[in-house]
Amino acid sequence: MKIHIPTPLRQYAGKNSTVEVKGGTVAEALANLTAQYGDLRRHLYTDDGKLRAFVNVYLNDEDIRYLQKENTPTKEGDSLSIVPSIAGGL
Amino acid sequence: MLKIPDSIFQEIRRHGEETYPLECCGVLLGEVDLDVNERRVSLAIRCGNMRTDSAHNRYLIDDKELLAAQKTARERGEDIVGFYHSHPDHPAQWSQTDFAEAHWIGCSYVITAVAKGKAEITNSFLLDGSTEEDKKFVDEKIEVLR
Repeated sequence: MKIHIPTPLRQYAGKNSTVEVKGGTVAEALANLTAQYGDLRRHLYTDDGKLRAFVNVYLNDEDIRYLQKENTPTKEGDSLSIVPSIAGGL
Repeated sequence: MLKIPDSIFQEIRRHGEETYPLECCGVLLGEVDLDVNERRVSLAIRCGNMRTDSAHNRYLIDDKELLAAQKTARERGEDIVGFYHSHPDHPAQWSQTDFAEAHWIGCSYVITAVAKGKAEITNSFLLDGSTEEDKKFVDEKIEVLR
């Protein structure tokens, strides 16, 4: 399956915008991604191993928070998108 | 440096006037040239402000709109190079909220001050650094291409 890497994280993923990985769940796919590109880990996860709060992960067009989170099953042909949030104000 | 065609520059300023007294927000697509630390904008995508509870002083881009913008960028062979929003009746300077909520390191954050419904100064700030822990906003020159 494909993982789409957002602009700011590409420098930690071999400058790739898309990385091909294997994995039966979102967690496995992300683990395989960070095994391949170790520098990505600290950008995606907190020190205690949780996905950072501002890191949204979409399986195809669905937010994994509304599926089975990181336990969501994946299949060949799926695409995972990492989308850091955009917010702010006065 | 942020290079932006005049038509797009005016479009994002107009967006801020249209949503006044609420904040507008959107995504900027284009190309990044890391060698000269330059972002060149080719398209601005208007987004809805999800912070309907406090849209006069907060903004939040719907993740799904962001996902769609990322897809559009891929289809165009481009990248997300930055974001824009407005500060109604407030200076075009980044706030602590802007900083805390900024996570796209290497991207431009463009802010337009809109006073009494009229767009005034537009500034850009590059989110520099390498991690959440050492990130910082750096003033960035805007070159409007006419």
